[in-house]
Amino acid sequence: MEAVADTRANGLWVVAVTFVVAMVLAIIPLPDFVPAELGYLRPEWIVLVLIYWVIALPHRIGIVIAWSVGLLVDVLLGSLLGQHAIAFIVVAYIAASLYQRLRMFSVWQQSMIVFATVGLNQLINIWIESIAGLSEWNIWRLLASVMSAFLWPWVFLLLRYLRRRFDVS
Amino acid sequence: MVGFCVLSFVLIVVDHLSDYLDDIRAGLTILVTPVLVAADIPGREAREISEMFSSRDEMRSHIKILEQDLTLLKAKTAKMAALTAENNRLRDLLGSAAKLQDNVLVAELISVDPDPEKHEVVIDKGSADGVFVGQPLLDAQGLMGQVISLSFFTSRVLLISDRSHSVPVQVSRTNLRLIAQGTGVTNRLELMHVQDTADIRPGDLLVSSGLGNRFPVGYPVGIVDRVEHDPGRPFAVVTAIPSAALDRSRHVLLVFTEEKLARAAEVRRNGSGG
Repeated sequence: MEAVADTRANGLWVVAVTFVVAMVLAIIPLPDFVPAELGYLRPEWIVLVLIYWVIALPHRIGIVIAWSVGLLVDVLLGSLLGQHAIAFIVVAYIAASLYQRLRMFSVWQQSMIVFATVGLNQLINIWIESIAGLSEWNIWRLLASVMSAFLWPWVFLLLRYLRRRFDVS
Repeated sequence: MVGFCVLSFVLIVVDHLSDYLDDIRAGLTILVTPVLVAADIPGREAREISEMFSSRDEMRSHIKILEQDLTLLKAKTAKMAALTAENNRLRDLLGSAAKLQDNVLVAELISVDPDPEKHEVVIDKGSADGVFVGQPLLDAQGLMGQVISLSFFTSRVLLISDRSHSVPVQVSRTNLRLIAQGTGVTNRLELMHVQDTADIRPGDLLVSSGLGNRFPVGYPVGIVDRVEHDPGRPFAVVTAIPSAALDRSRHVLLVFTEEKLARAAEVRRNGSGG
């Protein structure tokens, strides 16, 4: 019984490591000499990694993982507990329901979907924060989805390389 | 899917309206502390490498300057001690409570919030070091902010420049009491509801007034840099530059004020007695 489980799940630590690296990238401080406004250009690394793993391993990475990662991100960023969790659930749901189509797409077509999904993720966060009265509407926050869409092909290639190299399944 | 969404919504509402979830947050923060530390490594290494490459002469002159500063500060502290003693004697004569020196704990910044709109930082001291929510934070030049959430080894600090933060201040020249609100820009504070006829001018030093029992009295908060009288508006527009280097300081001081220490001692006494 255990041996069967072993052959099926393999190298899931790679998934965990990529999520941790994405979290580090998400909070790494900009150098002192660049203006703080450049922070709006920071892509949503964690969402990109989440989308990739949901497309690649839809039977393993789904709503539950998305929710748990979201809670950790909430603690990491000091946002309301559950805020990123709910946004990540929606992202994972979209990616999981589109995964067969997404796998057929070229990488730039995928970028378009990533743009829309990350944009929705940002909107959910902005909505929750503005309903709670924690921040005001700011169009610049949507820049992150543009940057994420631009970086998607490279993130995709890197994660696909890692998945094949370590035979994650 | 729906279940998790509902659960998240409940969490959001509970977290926003109450503090029941603070312990869960504190526990989960311990899990993500390695991420915070890892994100701080590149900046730390860059500083250490630039130190390694600075020449012997530079280091020597740096040490010399520091030694001079130290001598100067020691002399000032000695004078300060005499003044405090005298002040307490005078207060004694007036029948008011003696003022004790505030105790401080040195902490270091380990993370800055990546969102440019949120002026929050994480420091490397937490409830294990006796830090409490609402504790004021200083740097060498002035008031920086206050602790808003705690974990075991780290705590999150809201800076005075955040849009949601206000400090009760007074103008040290005239004792005029005002409220300084953050603007979302690190180098500007805004003074709210300043009468058009108020005696305030550029260059005035603002110190914390101690009203509201959150911040201790007399720490520098900022310097007024612009006073504008607009006949179309009921109040004057006054802005100030924060004294603390909000976006540059790495070494900061957590203040334990006398009342807090007294309360902590009382709790400890009661705890050991009962």
